[in-house]
Amino acid sequence: MMRLSRSDRARRSVSWVMTSLTALCTIVAVGILFVILAYIAMRGISALNFGFLVDTPRPVGEGGGIGNAIVGSGLLLLLSCVVGIPIGIACGIYLSEFGGGWFVSAVRFLIDTLTGIPSIVTGVFVYAVIVLRMKHFSAFAGGIALALIMIPIVARTTEEMIKLVPQSLREGALALGAPQWRVTLGVVLPAAASGIVTGAMLAIARVSGETAPLLFTAFGSRFYPRNLNEPIASLTVQIYNYAISPYDEWHAQAWAATLVLMALILSINLIVRFLTRQKFN
Amino acid sequence: MSDWRKRLSPTGNFGDAIFRLAMLGAALLVVAIVVVMIVALASHSTLSIKQFGFSFLTSREWDPVKGQFGALAFIYGTIVSSLIALLISVPLSLGIAIFLVEQAPRLIARPITFLVELLAAIPSVVYGLWGIFVLAPFLRVHVEPRLARVFGWTPLFQGPITGIGLLTGGVILAIMVTPIISAVVRDVLAAVPNTQREAALALGATKWETTLVVLVNGAPGIAGAVILGLGRAIGETMAVTMVIGNRPEISASLFQPSYTLASVIANEFTEATADIYLSSLIELGLILFAVTFVVNAIARLMVWRVTRGTAGA
Amino acid sequence: MSLSKFGAFAALVTLSIASFGCSGGGSSSEIRLQGAGATFPNPLYQKWLSEYGKAHANVKIDYQSIGSGGGIKQIQARTVDFGASDAPMTDAELKASPAELIHVPTVLGAVVITYNLQGIAKPLRFSPDVIADIFLGRITKWNDARIKADNADANLPAADIAVVHRAESSGTSFVFTDYLAKVSADWKQKVGADKAPNWPVGQGGKGNEGVTGQIKQQPNTIGYVELAYATQNKLPVALIKNASGNFVEATIDNVTAAAAGSAASTPDDLRVSITNAAGANAYPISSYTYVLVYKDQTDATKGKAVVDFLWWGIHDGESFAKDLQYAPLPAEIVKRAETKINSITSGGKPLR
Repeated sequence: MMRLSRSDRARRSVSWVMTSLTALCTIVAVGILFVILAYIAMRGISALNFGFLVDTPRPVGEGGGIGNAIVGSGLLLLLSCVVGIPIGIACGIYLSEFGGGWFVSAVRFLIDTLTGIPSIVTGVFVYAVIVLRMKHFSAFAGGIALALIMIPIVARTTEEMIKLVPQSLREGALALGAPQWRVTLGVVLPAAASGIVTGAMLAIARVSGETAPLLFTAFGSRFYPRNLNEPIASLTVQIYNYAISPYDEWHAQAWAATLVLMALILSINLIVRFLTRQKFN
Repeated sequence: MSDWRKRLSPTGNFGDAIFRLAMLGAALLVVAIVVVMIVALASHSTLSIKQFGFSFLTSREWDPVKGQFGALAFIYGTIVSSLIALLISVPLSLGIAIFLVEQAPRLIARPITFLVELLAAIPSVVYGLWGIFVLAPFLRVHVEPRLARVFGWTPLFQGPITGIGLLTGGVILAIMVTPIISAVVRDVLAAVPNTQREAALALGATKWETTLVVLVNGAPGIAGAVILGLGRAIGETMAVTMVIGNRPEISASLFQPSYTLASVIANEFTEATADIYLSSLIELGLILFAVTFVVNAIARLMVWRVTRGTAGA
Repeated sequence: MSLSKFGAFAALVTLSIASFGCSGGGSSSEIRLQGAGATFPNPLYQKWLSEYGKAHANVKIDYQSIGSGGGIKQIQARTVDFGASDAPMTDAELKASPAELIHVPTVLGAVVITYNLQGIAKPLRFSPDVIADIFLGRITKWNDARIKADNADANLPAADIAVVHRAESSGTSFVFTDYLAKVSADWKQKVGADKAPNWPVGQGGKGNEGVTGQIKQQPNTIGYVELAYATQNKLPVALIKNASGNFVEATIDNVTAAAAGSAASTPDDLRVSITNAAGANAYPISSYTYVLVYKDQTDATKGKAVVDFLWWGIHDGESFAKDLQYAPLPAEIVKRAETKINSITSGGKPLR
């Protein structure tokens, strides 16, 4: 084997150093996660039991649970996904497949700006437009508020991922005689599926942790939901209510509810990733 | 074929026309919502715009009792905390994404990916509480004194050390933003075709040099990821407001308390009663939109300069 | 997952949501009420809702804490059946409401001074002017002569005082600054009494919980919180010199004494500030919290349910107050609140 020149050795050491650094970054991130998780678990484990998962909230000193909040969060998440993800993906497709031009750039810019809006502004907007008109709070309004927060995240990641699909894939499909829409839906989207799912998961994780917009739209409730036209409980609002109270018992319930929320998000992530896995790599 | 029909569907296919219309419709819906929001914000802030004019942007005063309002302190707090967040988070996220895509064996990359994404699932109120009870004391006892010793000669690290302030706010934002940037960059890097890597390796590049090639390839996507993360940082309220000290003041030191646009709006909007007070808060919302706008534009400009010469995939 | 499978799944999900969303609203005999407002009485109101619900299974009431201002705005917008606020509504707010609103006081609370100091055995004592000057930034060290004057046997450190106040607009801040404005002419002139005053010094904590957290974690801090937060978190509570010159503890009885002492000067609509009240045992930073309802209820069934609930609250409900560290209303005020509740009508007919 040839002896390596000095510059070669320098380049290799740089490469080795950078590799270690990236591993270090990952360790730091995972480490922080475990520190936070450990803290949450430590403070919440005392409240975690089966009754906690099915019972409804009770006054301090009487135990109680987050059953209705779990169902409420699930419904709100479903509602916001049904509205937000299709619209977000459609926007992403529009931004990437419809060419350049000033109008597309303007649309992209406006959607970018939407990502920076504090969730409370979105909440107040939906409050003014929907809740005040209907004269009452509702899960429906809460779902719309969450969808508005999801849309820019899904749209931008979809656009970036679609742009990364090689042109050859599109050309191949077109050459076989498929119309544009078939190419986009049947070839490009599946090719970008993993990235689009990432965007959707990030959006879901983001809105599942939001409190402020829900306070003014979905409100909150002590009961299991009957329909979407009424106020509804949610895990984040319940966590917020308990966390800002003076009582240790309610604090423990807040932390335990956080664990449940994170488990919920992790499960959704795992299930969706499994369903959209690439069968042939 | 008539002109508008050709515009709608260059191929003349009916399905294409419907498809394009639907996609355009979705985009226009979102644009309409953003425009309505901006217009609503603008129309409700005319009172304070008329009263304070341009001095609203340069005044540091925020006194609801006396009716004197100014946005400068909040603009400063928002920009600096977001900057700190990005300075910490972007290298960290890039490192994570590179490790997961380029270096880690499949077996450990999968679970670690889920773990890093889990950071995004923690509610902001939980981040805030963890910040008060764990992060702030940690910074106060272990990190800030060391920073003061080494960098105390710069105005950035002077003054009393309480753990509650701009630095803590920036750090917690960095933690919240990292999962977003790293997840998107990870997908961007994974989408860069292997031919690029193989070509670089064939030319004798080391692992790191190959990675640099991949990074440049994915630069626009990385920029998109950073902008998403930036949006999160600028708009975050609950976690930041619990650890940043909420003082509308501008001081060079990162140890001092500060206040962000999103936090003050969230903190005071529901209780504001006087018209000028409400109007000023809404004008802050408008300024927040403008800040996001400007920062995004700068980010896009920088990316355009970097990728101007290079071709795409 | 193939396109057609995905499409079918999406259609199924949308249909099920639509059907669930439009289902009718439960049994016809059930009455659902919503209330919103102050965070301070939330634990007590949750207890009330639960206990009342045990006796009246067909009345389902929800209360959500969104802040006093939020409570006022929502009742003005008629999106809730009753609002709740620590600070009474101002004349301007009452005028801006679509119809006449009634204030029903439900319970009393105390704002306490708490701190984090090492090596202090007994709770510190503060005079009103000392508190005002600490929060004005004039007294900056713990071992200042004026603090020592009231605490001769305390081992006060030579450290800087770190003031913690509320970051966001809050009823607690209003009560505290209202008290400071009464006892310090300088405070009144420089800062004033408000939910979100321009604090001369200090760092802001979010919510009572945020302030408590900062004080617990950071040495040499001082701040003001609701009584329950200090006791539940085992923080020391200072004794404050009241208008009669006595250093009083922040106990529940002393808070009720403050309300009783002010009963004579309480106006008919029961909107009153009882800070710095007269009375030997009166705790000086006490306040009412109110429920806001319309004098004329548009819906007679709901109106009756609200009225019955409020009546139960100011009578049976008061028995739960002490355990949760709220001070019950003094007897004279209960009588006057009864009159207020009896005046609520629907379509001209009184509901009680």
